[in-house]
Amino acid sequence: MSGAAPFGPGAARTGAMAGDEAAIRARFGLGWPGFRLDVDLALPGRGVIALFGHSGSGKTTLLRCLAGLERAADGYLAVRGELWQDEAQRLFVPTHRRPLGYVFQEASLFAHLTVRRNLEFGLKRVPAASRRIPLDQAIALLGIEPLLDRMPGRLSGGERQRVAIARALATSPRLLLMDEPLAALDVKRKQEILPYLERLHAELDIPVVYVSHAPEEVARLADHVVLLADGRALAVGPIGEVMARLDLPFAHDEDAFVVIDARVAAHDEAYALTRLEFAGLPLWITGLDMPLASRVRARVLARDVSLALTERHDSSILNVLPARVVSLDEADPGRTLVRLDVAGTALLARITRRSAAQLGIVPGRDVYAQVKGVALLR
Amino acid sequence: MKFRFVRLLVAASCIASAVAAHAAEVQVAVAANFTAPMQKIAAEFERDTGHTALLAFGATGKFYAQIKNGAPFEVFLAADDKTPARLDEEGATVPGSRFTYAIGRLVLWSAQPGVVDDQGEVLGRGDFRHLAVANPKTAPYGVAAMEVLRRLSLADGIAARLVTGENISQTYQFVATGNAELGFVALSQVMVDGKLSGGSAWQVPAGLYDPIRQDAVILAAGRDKPAARALADYLRGDKAVAIIKSYGYGL
Amino acid sequence: MITAADLAAIRLTLELAAVTTAALLVVGTPVAWWLARTRSAWKGVVGAVVALPLVLPPTVIGFYLLVALGPHGPVGQLTQALGLGLLPFTFAGLVVGSVFYSLPFVVQPLQNAFEAIGERPLEVAATLRAGAIDTFFSVVLPLARPGFVTATILGFAHTVGEFGVVLMIGGNIPDKTRVVSVQIYDHVEALEYAEAHWLSAGMLVFSFVVLLALYGRKKEMVR
Repeated sequence: MSGAAPFGPGAARTGAMAGDEAAIRARFGLGWPGFRLDVDLALPGRGVIALFGHSGSGKTTLLRCLAGLERAADGYLAVRGELWQDEAQRLFVPTHRRPLGYVFQEASLFAHLTVRRNLEFGLKRVPAASRRIPLDQAIALLGIEPLLDRMPGRLSGGERQRVAIARALATSPRLLLMDEPLAALDVKRKQEILPYLERLHAELDIPVVYVSHAPEEVARLADHVVLLADGRALAVGPIGEVMARLDLPFAHDEDAFVVIDARVAAHDEAYALTRLEFAGLPLWITGLDMPLASRVRARVLARDVSLALTERHDSSILNVLPARVVSLDEADPGRTLVRLDVAGTALLARITRRSAAQLGIVPGRDVYAQVKGVALLR
Repeated sequence: MKFRFVRLLVAASCIASAVAAHAAEVQVAVAANFTAPMQKIAAEFERDTGHTALLAFGATGKFYAQIKNGAPFEVFLAADDKTPARLDEEGATVPGSRFTYAIGRLVLWSAQPGVVDDQGEVLGRGDFRHLAVANPKTAPYGVAAMEVLRRLSLADGIAARLVTGENISQTYQFVATGNAELGFVALSQVMVDGKLSGGSAWQVPAGLYDPIRQDAVILAAGRDKPAARALADYLRGDKAVAIIKSYGYGL
Repeated sequence: MITAADLAAIRLTLELAAVTTAALLVVGTPVAWWLARTRSAWKGVVGAVVALPLVLPPTVIGFYLLVALGPHGPVGQLTQALGLGLLPFTFAGLVVGSVFYSLPFVVQPLQNAFEAIGERPLEVAATLRAGAIDTFFSVVLPLARPGFVTATILGFAHTVGEFGVVLMIGGNIPDKTRVVSVQIYDHVEALEYAEAHWLSAGMLVFSFVVLLALYGRKKEMVR
C-alpha cells in the first residue's frame, strides 16, 4: 500500500491514510522564538521513512514529537492503530508508555551499566507478553555478542551505536526512531553499521523513522522520504519519486540521483555481469555475488544518463532504456535536467542545453536513456 | 567559623593601625552584659576628656585568651572578679589598677506578665518546662543562679528543666523569645530607667547569692597610656556611677 | 584528659551528625533535583535561600531559628498545633537547625552531580520504558553516586563542626544538646585549656581525615 499512495504535501494533508490501521498519522504544531514546526503527515506503517533536510529544518524536533520527548501544543499522533497524542482531547501518552525504540545521535549508553545490563534495561520493563524480539536476536542482528560484558566506556563509537540500536530493538518497539545514528561516526564506522541497519530493514517488520542529512544514507536506507525545510514538509513520498522531483533541491544537486528498486534476475558468468530487473526492464551491473531474486537497490546519477533518439547498438553503453520525457528544468544556463519515465520508474538525466535543443527534447517525447553507470546501494 | 576568623583578622589589623595613628585612643574589652551602659559612658568620656574609647564587647573567657595571646587591649571590664585577679597574678596588668566597677544583680524574669510572682514562688511550684540560666561553668550570673537554687533547695528538682545559655545575653534570648518560660538574667538586661521593661520579674534578694563583682583592670598594654588611666578614673566618677546604677547594677 | 562529659558530647555529636546527614539527604535530594532541573523563575530565590548558611554568621541563623521555632514563631506555632511541642532545647530541634545550617553542603554537590548528568540519560530511560521515579532510582542515583558521597561527607563533617546554631537553640543540655564544639567552647571559657586541647586536637584530626578522604577520592575519580 505504501508505494501506491499519492504522496506529496497536498495529498498528505487530506489524510489519505487516516483510516489505515497500519499507517502513521502525525500532525504537530509547536515553536519557540526563531523556529516553528508545522507538519501534517500521513506515513506508511512499514519500511524506512527518512526525515531529510538541512540542520535546523526540524527533523530532530519532529522525531522528538513522535517519541513524546517534545509535546506539541497542537498535536495528533496515531501509530498503527494506537492513539499516542490528541491534544484536542488533551491526550498525551508519555514517552515511557509508548512502545517505541529511539536511537540517539550519540549512543547514550548508561555509563554505569555493562553492555548486557544496558540491553536488559528496556527489555525488563516490557511485559513478557509484549516481547516479540528475543534479546538473542537483537544481539545477533547487531553482532555484539563479544561485547556483552564490557562497560560502555571501553567500546568504540561504532560498537556503542550498535549496542544502542540493539537496546532499542530489545524492547520490541512498534516504531523505531533513529536520530542520525551514524552522524557521529567516521566513514569506516558508518560502513560498519550500515549493513546492520539494512538487515534490520530486511528482517524486522518495524517501521523506522530515520533522521538524516546525508543523501547517501537516505538513498541507501529509505523507502519513503519526508523532505523538511524550515519546519515544514516540502515533500512526502516514496524515495524514487521524491528524489526525481525537479521542483525539489535534490534533483539540482551536482550528485543528483535516483534510486531503483530491482531484483537479481540472472548472472552472466562469462562476462562477470549481473542482470537486474525492474518494471520488466533489464539493468546490467558488474557481477554480484547474490542469489537470484534478491532484492537490491541501485543508484543512478543524473550526470551518468545521456539521451538518444534511437536505440543505438553501436555504443559501449550496456544499459539503454526506453523512456518518455516528463519534464525539463532549464534553470542552469548551460545544462538541462530532464525527468524521464521508464515504465513507471523515475529517472533523471543531465544533458547540455545545446544537446537538448538539437535533439528536440520536450515533454512527451519518447527517447532512449543511456545509463553509463549503476551503483548498487544494497 | 572561617568567616569569623577572617573578620577577626580584619578587625585586628584595623585596631593595630588605629592605635598607631591616634595616641589618645584607648582600647577597651568590655563584658557583653555591660554593653549598653558602657556605650553611654564612653560617649560621656569622650565629651569630657577628648579621649576616644574603642570598645570591643564579648565573653570574658574569650577576652582572657586573647589578652594572654597578645591582643592590644589596654583596659578590661570583666564580667567577674576572678578573671582580672588571674591576669593580675600572671603579671598581665598594671599592678594595683584593679577595682570593682559594678555589682551585677540577679533577677528571675519571664517575658510574660504574671508568670513570675514577686516572691519567686513560681520556682517551687515548678509549673514550667524550661528555666534558663547562664552556664555556671563560664558565666558569673550562672554561678549566682545555681547558688540561689541550691539555697532554696530546688537545685535537684529543677535540674532536668534547666537550659543553659553560654552567656547572660544568650540566656536572656532564651527567655525573651519564650523558648524558656523564665530564667535568671541580669537586672541590667530587663531594667530601663529604673523600671522593668516588660514581663514579670522577681529581684532575687542579695542574701541568696554571693555578690557578682565585675572588676576592671588596666592591662599591661595600657601601662604608659594616659587615656587608659583616664578611663579607669572616669569609671569611678559620679557621672559613670549614675549611669551604671540606672541600668540596675549595684555599687 | 577526656572526661565522661566529653565522651558524652562526642557520642552525641556523632549521633547528631548521623541523623542530620540522613535527614539532609532526604530533604536535600529533591531540592537539589528541583534546582538542577527547573526553569522556574524561583530557581534563583530557592538557590539563594539554600546558600544563605554559607554567608550568614551561625549566630544569626541560630537566633532566627530560636525565634522561628519558639512559642511565638511560625514554626513553633505549627509544631505546637501538630502536638509536637517546641523544638528548641531538644535533640530534634538540633537536627532541624543542623539540617538548615548544613543544607548547602549537601544540596550543592548533589545539584552539580544532577546537572552533570544532563537531560539525555533521562530521555534515553524514557524511551526504554522507565517512568520518572524508576529513572531516578535506576539511572540518576547510580550516575550521581560521586555527588552523593561528597554530599554525605560534607554534610556529616559540617554538622560535626557546627557551633553557633547549636549554641543558640540547644541550651547546652548534657546528653541532649551538648555537642563537642560547645564542650570545647565551655572548656575554653572556663579556662580549662588542657581539656579544650584534647577535644580540639580530636576535631582537627577528624576534619583532616574527612577532607583527606574527600580530596583523595576526587583525585582518584579524575584518574
